[in-house]
Amino acid sequence: MSTGTETIVAAPDAEVPPTVGGRVRKKLTSRTASAVSLVIALLWTVPTIGVLVSSIRPENEIKSNGWWNFFANPQFTLENYEQVLFGSRSASGGLAGYFINSLVITIPSVLFPLAFCALAAYALAWTRFRGRDWVYIGIFALQIVPLQMALIPLLSFFNYGVSLGGVQLLPAWDLDGPAKFITVWFAHTCFALPLGIFLLHNFMAELPGDLVEAAKVDGASHSKIFRSVVLPLIVPALASFAIFQFLWVWNDLLVALIFAGGPKNAPLTVRLAELAGNRGNEWQRLTAAAFVSIIVPLTVFLSLQRYFVRGLLAGSVKG
Amino acid sequence: MNFDFTAEAPKLMMLLYGVIAFAAVVGLLLLVLDVLPARKDRWIALGLLAPAGLLLLVGLIVPAIRTMVLAFMNADSSEFVGLENFGWMFTDKNSGMLPDFSSDPVQYGVLLSTLLWVLLVPTVSTAVGLVYAVMVDRARFESFAKSLVFMPMAISFVGAGIIWKFVYEYRQEGTEQIGLLNQFVVALGGTPQQWLLDGPWNTLFLIVVLVWIQAGFAMVVLSAAIKAIPADIVEAARIDGVTAWQMFWRVTIPSIRPALVVVLVTISIGTLKVFDIVRTMTGGQFGTSVVANEMYTYSFRADEKGKGAALAVLLFLFVIPIVIYQVRLMRRRRLEGAR
Repeated sequence: MSTGTETIVAAPDAEVPPTVGGRVRKKLTSRTASAVSLVIALLWTVPTIGVLVSSIRPENEIKSNGWWNFFANPQFTLENYEQVLFGSRSASGGLAGYFINSLVITIPSVLFPLAFCALAAYALAWTRFRGRDWVYIGIFALQIVPLQMALIPLLSFFNYGVSLGGVQLLPAWDLDGPAKFITVWFAHTCFALPLGIFLLHNFMAELPGDLVEAAKVDGASHSKIFRSVVLPLIVPALASFAIFQFLWVWNDLLVALIFAGGPKNAPLTVRLAELAGNRGNEWQRLTAAAFVSIIVPLTVFLSLQRYFVRGLLAGSVKG
Repeated sequence: MNFDFTAEAPKLMMLLYGVIAFAAVVGLLLLVLDVLPARKDRWIALGLLAPAGLLLLVGLIVPAIRTMVLAFMNADSSEFVGLENFGWMFTDKNSGMLPDFSSDPVQYGVLLSTLLWVLLVPTVSTAVGLVYAVMVDRARFESFAKSLVFMPMAISFVGAGIIWKFVYEYRQEGTEQIGLLNQFVVALGGTPQQWLLDGPWNTLFLIVVLVWIQAGFAMVVLSAAIKAIPADIVEAARIDGVTAWQMFWRVTIPSIRPALVVVLVTISIGTLKVFDIVRTMTGGQFGTSVVANEMYTYSFRADEKGKGAALAVLLFLFVIPIVIYQVRLMRRRRLEGAR
């Protein structure tokens, strides 16, 4: 990597035409620039390729020589995947079950915040009431509260309910079995709201006011305006927030560790972290398991990248 | 094959209930709003804000206040202990929080390690993202090239942890290496290292993983900012005959400064809360732990709620100066714009 930094410093000095602002195309004809970007691109992809290649190599091959030997001496097997997906739990398998847990956790954890954020953002953008701006600023400010601040009390809220001075105000949730997913949905939904409302509000506030006014003059109710005027126009924003939230929930470890409880409800990330800890040397399983957890978000991401980027830019640059 | 599909059915039913509940709640809300006349904005706003507001109150605001209280209480939250938890953090030599430069290898301690993360991850990822954005801008395969660096953003921290653990994998000297980094070292004639075990450098190897994830974010945002630089500014500079180097420092950087600040701030805040990478790769051992990892361990493994809450409050306190800095910058920019 040290060679990388040297060339980075040297690059703009070299024979590059004065185009760093990005207006002229010739730039990449400069060899240094291409070399630097190639080094970065390699560093950013080769580790993942290593895991992917290893996941389809036989166990004794993975353990005895480097994955790059695969290209000289290709030996292919799907046994690792079969083992991690359908093998018994004790032998670090059973990922298929965790995969389903991940799905069951993620889908509602995306839908609920999506709806609640859209409704709240609409109210903040297109209804008039006293203190509206303060409510918006309050929600905006909540974005800076780390979710760590909420974890301990929220867990005790689920487990013991609310009691004040010895009087039980709300009972414990007492959920077990599949119902335990509800607490995970609840936690993810709460934590998604500040950013979601902020993002969607940004989009909604930019819609032309005449459109909403005209609908009002025609006698449309707010719910009608929301459904048939505003909603269709903010589909791209909804999509970007949905992808954002999907990646966040699917990839989350902390919330799942705390709220999902035991192996029956834990998502892939929890199992993966466990495997990395207990079976750190069984690379044939770790690599296949890692790839099982990566493949869904990667597919979503690569196919919907455009929306994701749009959301990213709206959330960070405008704010 | 001993995968029992029937065992999974209840979970899928739960998913179905969840989706039905979702449809019911949203449908009911819209129905109620339909009945209300459009004139009464106040009531409609209340109805629209109610679900989000309630959830925020129950799931975020009240718990956050409660955590601030817990931070001043003892391990099982039965009595107040004043500033004891914070005193433990900053003065107790055995807490693992403070650096110990006399030990061998040097122990950074949790607080200094976290600081190291927060300083290095934003700067290095932004630098890499910026350089890459500039280099591939308007190149032939630009969008493909960007996807490559952006891709790690879709990978979970846990997944990235495993990917890099594999890169750092160590085999004894003389046997064939299976980790890429050690293979590289051996090929250059060095001896293989236990990258994740040997302090104090192991923290740096963990930091690399987060840089790997965050550089894509920096690259995308900065690339968009670079493309938004007005063509006439670049053109004017070119007519003035500036070199590429001057162009970069005097035109590109000042033009994208707001985006740079946003990227740095966003990544800093994210880095403060880093947990998954440390948890997956070292479990916080070998002197690599950070505040968020300790927070989890004390609150949910060690049953030391007071210390855990105090660590959460510490994270919150760390975020505040970063945000104040950003707000002040934004306000100044807005004032300049108004003039």
